Amino acid sequence: MSIDATPENLAAERTSAPMLRVDGLKKSYPTPQGRIPVLRGVDFTLAAGASLALTGESGSGKSTLLHLVGALDDADSGDIVLDGVALTRLSENARAAIRRERISVVFQQFNLIPSLTVGENLSFQARLAGRYDPAWQEELTARLGLATLAARYPEELSGGQQQRVAIGRALAVRPRLLLADEPTGNLDEATGDAVMALALDLVAATGCAFLMATHSERLAARLQRRVRLESGLLAAQ
Amino acid sequence: MRETLWTLAALISHWRRRPGNLATLVLGLAIATALWSGVQALNAQARNSYDAAANAISGGGARTLVAARGGLFDQELFVRLRRAGVEVSPVLEGAIRIGEKNIRIIGVEPLSLPRRSPIADRRTRTDVIEDFFSGPGRGFAAPQTLRRLDLSEGAQPQTERGQLLPPLAALAEAPPGAIIVDIGVAQRLLDRPGKLSRLVILDEETFDEARLKPIAGDALRLVAPDDDSDLARLTDSFHLNLTAFGFLAFLVGLFIVHAAYGLAFEQRLPTLRTLRALGVGPPHLIAAMALEIGALTLIAGGAGVLGGHAIAQALLPDVAKSLESLYGAQISDRLALDARWWLSGLAMAGAGAALAAASGLTKALRLPALSFARPMAWRGAHHRYLGRQATLAALALVAAAGAYGFGQGLASGFAIIGLALLAAALILPVGLAGVLALGERFARRPLARWFFADGRQEISGLSLALMALLIALATNIGVGSMVEGFRQTFDRWLDARLVAEIYFEAATPADARDIEAWARTQPDIAAILPVWRAKTRIGGWPVDVVGMTPHETYTAHFPLIDAPTGVWTALHAQDAVLVSEQLARRLSLAIGETLDISTSGRDWSARIVGVFPDYGNPKGQLRIDHEKLKRYFDDASGVQYSLRVDPAATKRVIENIRQRFGGKIARIIDQAEVKTLSTDIFERTFAVTTALNTLTLIVSGVALFASLLTLSDMRRARIAPVWALGATRRKLAALEMARVMAFAAGAAAFAIPLGLFMTWCLVAIVNVAAFGWRLPFHMFPAQWLVVSCIALGAAFFAALIPVVRLARVSPTELLRVFSNER
Amino acid sequence: MNARSPNSSQERSSAISRRSALLLALSSSGALAQGFGGLGATAPGFAIPRAGTQLAFPRDHGAHPDFRTEWWYVTANLKGDDGAAYGVQWTLFRFALQPNAARAGWDDRNIWMGHAAATSVNEHLFAQKFARGGIGQAGVEATPFRAFIDDWLLETRDDSVDAGIERLRVAASDKSFAYALDLTATGPVVLQGEGGYSRKSEAGQASYYYSQPFFRAEGSLSMSGRKIQVSGRAWMDREWSSQPLSADLKGWDWFSLHLEGGARLMLYRMRSVEAAPFLFGNWIDADGATSILAREDIVLEPLETTRIADRDVPIRWRVKIKNRDVDIETRPLNPRSWMGTDFAYWEGPIRFTGSHSGEGYLEMTGY
Repeated sequence: MSIDATPENLAAERTSAPMLRVDGLKKSYPTPQGRIPVLRGVDFTLAAGASLALTGESGSGKSTLLHLVGALDDADSGDIVLDGVALTRLSENARAAIRRERISVVFQQFNLIPSLTVGENLSFQARLAGRYDPAWQEELTARLGLATLAARYPEELSGGQQQRVAIGRALAVRPRLLLADEPTGNLDEATGDAVMALALDLVAATGCAFLMATHSERLAARLQRRVRLESGLLAAQ
Repeated sequence: MRETLWTLAALISHWRRRPGNLATLVLGLAIATALWSGVQALNAQARNSYDAAANAISGGGARTLVAARGGLFDQELFVRLRRAGVEVSPVLEGAIRIGEKNIRIIGVEPLSLPRRSPIADRRTRTDVIEDFFSGPGRGFAAPQTLRRLDLSEGAQPQTERGQLLPPLAALAEAPPGAIIVDIGVAQRLLDRPGKLSRLVILDEETFDEARLKPIAGDALRLVAPDDDSDLARLTDSFHLNLTAFGFLAFLVGLFIVHAAYGLAFEQRLPTLRTLRALGVGPPHLIAAMALEIGALTLIAGGAGVLGGHAIAQALLPDVAKSLESLYGAQISDRLALDARWWLSGLAMAGAGAALAAASGLTKALRLPALSFARPMAWRGAHHRYLGRQATLAALALVAAAGAYGFGQGLASGFAIIGLALLAAALILPVGLAGVLALGERFARRPLARWFFADGRQEISGLSLALMALLIALATNIGVGSMVEGFRQTFDRWLDARLVAEIYFEAATPADARDIEAWARTQPDIAAILPVWRAKTRIGGWPVDVVGMTPHETYTAHFPLIDAPTGVWTALHAQDAVLVSEQLARRLSLAIGETLDISTSGRDWSARIVGVFPDYGNPKGQLRIDHEKLKRYFDDASGVQYSLRVDPAATKRVIENIRQRFGGKIARIIDQAEVKTLSTDIFERTFAVTTALNTLTLIVSGVALFASLLTLSDMRRARIAPVWALGATRRKLAALEMARVMAFAAGAAAFAIPLGLFMTWCLVAIVNVAAFGWRLPFHMFPAQWLVVSCIALGAAFFAALIPVVRLARVSPTELLRVFSNER
Repeated sequence: MNARSPNSSQERSSAISRRSALLLALSSSGALAQGFGGLGATAPGFAIPRAGTQLAFPRDHGAHPDFRTEWWYVTANLKGDDGAAYGVQWTLFRFALQPNAARAGWDDRNIWMGHAAATSVNEHLFAQKFARGGIGQAGVEATPFRAFIDDWLLETRDDSVDAGIERLRVAASDKSFAYALDLTATGPVVLQGEGGYSRKSEAGQASYYYSQPFFRAEGSLSMSGRKIQVSGRAWMDREWSSQPLSADLKGWDWFSLHLEGGARLMLYRMRSVEAAPFLFGNWIDADGATSILAREDIVLEPLETTRIADRDVPIRWRVKIKNRDVDIETRPLNPRSWMGTDFAYWEGPIRFTGSHSGEGYLEMTGY
């Protein structure tokens, strides 16, 4: 948590209608031994264009929270409101639409489509959402240093290169919110830093909000705010 | 729309990277469709020909009057009906021989021909009269028939009895294998003066059935156009057999499709998950996959239908020959198929593709937006998979038992076989998994344990191909045993029936008397046995009545299935008959029962004293004492005889008879020739079956190859850890080969009892329902050996390329497994 | 082999007299119509009518197999018990396809054709039948007289074998109509032409032709489901020959008229493409005496045509017999009396007024 994110500040942000508001989010997983609660009532907000780092130990539920915000999974209870739209009450199709147009996700495992070229991967989400902008894509490609790799297939690229493609794909659609789940988890420190710098640059250029889950304190420090997830609840750090 | 199309683009891009996978998918569907539609084409072709034959005179759809007790009736009845104002047109049909070929003669009356009939259609009455009555008239035949006879228009061939036909003319609508002539000419050619086969009713509106009895008494009966074709009925089972085979081949082909599609689906699963994560909703995903299947259907189905055409064209001559030999049916030798056939082939392909892809589609439907690849979770999935297979197998088995208990006839026979095959196929992977589990428990060395453990994981990927292999092998054994058993039984039966050395047919009964008289004076000829025939109907079924004289030839040799002692005495002394096996089965007749038989005069009641086997005869047959035949059936043929002769003198006697009697002999043949001919017919009939059998086996071999090929990438991921731990690639490859061969051996081992079960079903249920005769059940261990070798060979060649590739895979490739997340 | 005149097609094959129309159409010996130029058209192998031959009855009521064509033709003008007028036709044709056509069974080369019709003011119903000779489906016997095809009959009602055609029964039926009439002769058989030898053209073609125009008819008639008792007069024609007529013959018009006072009139006009029409007539007194009318005395003039079956057919006529002071106009009972059979023509009952009044039958071919 950064110095700004005191409970009072968080409360203040809540009252001025932020872009993303999460209220009392609870989620548990079924196992052979019974249900294990992962999130026990998480609240936070995120303003448009702001960035927030989500830290915590492995297994603390960072990814779970991110997936819930990204409309990829269902919460047990609680609210997630994005731009005034309650994600938790949407139908499957509506949530898919949100994922296409408003929220982009960058995963730890890159999740590129192996049978498309780099260029095709980059433009895919944008085309899916009907927001393909050749000029913006070209700029992204150039800034991510992918121009020479455009005709290659993902399996021919190194980890760093693949992650850059993932970021490019996510931003090509100009989302309202970019989610990143341990984006540098599979990269070495130097590469990870370089990728991170690029990502933050582009996020600022795009003007979208940025929510990143990471266990690296160092990385978390580069974002505007930090919160920590412990025992299923957010705690100020 | 946009989402669907882009999703489709992402899905299709997969094929760009894996063209081999796509080729397999397309090939599988194409082959399945080809085999199915090929068989359907053959059936459709035959049916069209039967219809054409039936419609040749009446132009289709007309009711006719035929002799109530079968055979021919006096043309007096025609005149009487016409004089009473009943408008009918007379027809006489029969068969003659031109050279060595059987030709059907259809005699029509040109002035009263229905306008719909092909001869009258598009010609004025004047033309028709001109054709038939100028000079010697005309004989109309289809161009195909002229070709078969090797004659051109205007030719006047001679029948075996030495009569001249009118000059021939080509008529495209004439039924194959027939010549249409004036009715007077027909009566002369067939030596049936004053007789007719049927009367076509010209005007249904004015025809009053009630008027028949006062005018014609009980001599005639009314036949509806559909009932009319004895031919369609008799050949029903032949066509059903073809269909069953086609369906089997289609199913096996579908296995390939399912395997290929399923594997492609597995490989695209990450893509699918990504797509969901990127915001593709389930409906778009399903729509895109459906479009993909649709395109696949059109391409593969289209190719398949073309292939089916080629297959049908290739098999048509054999099928035609079989039908002709078995049933006397003539079918056209040029494949003429209408749009309906093409469309139904495509529809079948579509249904097959949808069915094969169904599981993939449902999985995609239920795919959550986010799911992790959890490698160890395969065990859970594996157990569930095995459980599902076992349950389905149990259900199929129960259904099979139900079909056996409650079903009747041919359809239930095929149902039992189909369900049993399905149950066995479903259980196979479970069985193999069980064996592997045992192996894993008892193996000591780590590589051995890995061999078994990994094998269990491989099973679900290979299961479909192995099921296909099992079905093909079992069918091979099942049908092969049946055919071989039939062949042996047939040979023995033929030997028992063909005791006489010479068989001949005289041109006319008068000629027969002459020959008979002469034969009695010959010391070489030990016995002259008349084998006259007549026709009747029993229970609506056409039946031949054959006369027998008391002679050692029969009492010592004639095969009987069921006969108490004294059967021969009873047959000749009393009012008694022998019935053929299929007649007895069809009408549920038993020894001791009395049968009422319609004869030329009044009905004759006779007691059934025995049942005899009559393989290959679609009609029923009665055997009665020769004198009784003469007495009760005055239209008995009177021209067929067999002679007992010293075997060494056979050729000489035949020559003698030929020289002496020339044209009085319609045909004469010796025992060896008859045997050869009969066996030839037999072989041809089963040639088609064998061809389809072999094709099915090839198809399943391809299925195995395809599965292995597409699995090879996944295999690489599994091999990598073991290799990293110190096993050489060559050793791993060898283990792969061993595993595949072991699976195939397992399938073969299972196929043997399954195949035997199939043989039993075929022999005891299907054949009996289809043909009416029952074969004994035989086993042929040599055949099992052959089939096992085929199975192992198929597995070896199917696995060869993938295994070699595995052996040669570069370390870089293997290492990549670790750097790429699955 | 068909003789075609320039204007007629196969369907309108009545380019020749009904006597030889079908003969030529069906001719299997391929005899072309011999030229009108006096080649003495003979049909090879068939017998030819000769002047001076004595016709003998009842023998000549029967068939003459040596000749190529022959017919038995009955027309009747009737009045129903409903007061309306009706007409009925019954015809049996015989065609030999080759000389010595009469053989046993299906080898017989005679073709029999039957035409029957029933006409009322509103309806004209007709039917045709074909049959082979030799098997008993159609035929004619002289003693006793019986002509039949299927269930259509023209036969004597007398028991005596030699009864001839004094008292006949004529019957025919079809889906839409049926009739059965008793015919009783009230006068003698009349020989047409010269003692039965009737010329047909300048070139000398001829036929044997006699009539029985003096029948009284009585019986029943059903048309389209209605059954009526009818009575009236009937006329029977008998003709046989072998010679084809000229190729450029278009057709003919034939009248049979019953005049008051019991006289009968038979007229015909043969129309050619080039030559002038050949007119012939026969005046028959009430007692059966005949006098041939000179062609200069006969005037047959069409007054009005109607379009029927794509043809223009004259249905009203002016008939004048100069030396008998006959000047009448005929009109048909039903203008649409078209026989739509394989060989099509117009035939129906007519009435006439003028110097004489009465009824009769008209046949027109070749339009």
